[in-house]
Amino acid sequence: MEQTIFYIFSTILVLSAGAVVTVRNPVFAALFLVLAFFTSAAIWILLEAEFLALTLVLVYVGAVMVLFLFVVMMLDINLTVLREGFTRYLPVGLLVAIIMLAQLAYIVGPERFGLDKYPAPTPRDADYSNTREIGLVLYTEYLLAFELAAVILVVAIIAAIALTLRKRVKTNFMKPEEQVVVKSKDRVRLVKMATEKKDD
Amino acid sequence: MISMSHFLILGAILFCISVAGIFLNRKNIIILLMAVELMLLAVNMNFVAFSYFLGDIAGQIFVFFILTVAAAEAAIGLAILVVLFRNRRSINVDDINSLNG
Repeated sequence: MEQTIFYIFSTILVLSAGAVVTVRNPVFAALFLVLAFFTSAAIWILLEAEFLALTLVLVYVGAVMVLFLFVVMMLDINLTVLREGFTRYLPVGLLVAIIMLAQLAYIVGPERFGLDKYPAPTPRDADYSNTREIGLVLYTEYLLAFELAAVILVVAIIAAIALTLRKRVKTNFMKPEEQVVVKSKDRVRLVKMATEKKDD
Repeated sequence: MISMSHFLILGAILFCISVAGIFLNRKNIIILLMAVELMLLAVNMNFVAFSYFLGDIAGQIFVFFILTVAAAEAAIGLAILVVLFRNRRSINVDDINSLNG
């Protein structure tokens, strides 16, 4: 049963990851990446990492991928220029990927990381709380790292706002504090001059 | 039963797909950022698998921090991308050569 679930979800995960890097439209790529994150959250639940699975759905699908979709839809991209070289780099990309996969599969294959080397742990009780266990070490042993992560997030907020904020020029925006102190002589200038005859 | 090598090979496949994606889409910054996110997901998959099979919660803590840093990285990367598009009207990697490095 678990094996069937694992194979179904990992097939969907691999296919959607392949679609992310090959589809033509970046919007579809972002949506396939959403599917990939969602599916891997399901696989993490098989690994009894419920808190991280839910965090992945909330943070990644809910925030990061929405940001990606916003940016992809906001930018007006010329796709034909960006697709240049796709077929040219396809052979070398596939070659590198296949060689890397063969090396990695040789290292992490069943003879080193099989069930006889690392037996599957006994399933936890139903009242076991993964979130509680993470919290117990996160706020004691890893407190400094946790606070540094918070600092990193603040830096990210400030950097993202500072990068994208711009002062607009030539807008009709009015400042009320300048409006209330204005005097009539600031706006109208009376010029004294001698009368002149209009020449025809 | 599912062994640890199943999960590790799944992570390896994801990682290789994203490496191939960086080769294929080397002009499109958005897809490059997405490939980097996929790589981080592959690494996280390995961390979670080791955490489960070794019975050590520290692996999941590391995944938590990787998720935090990856979210920050995506936000700053997309902000740079928006500023770049505003100035250059393009997100082609070949157009970003002002520094002539």
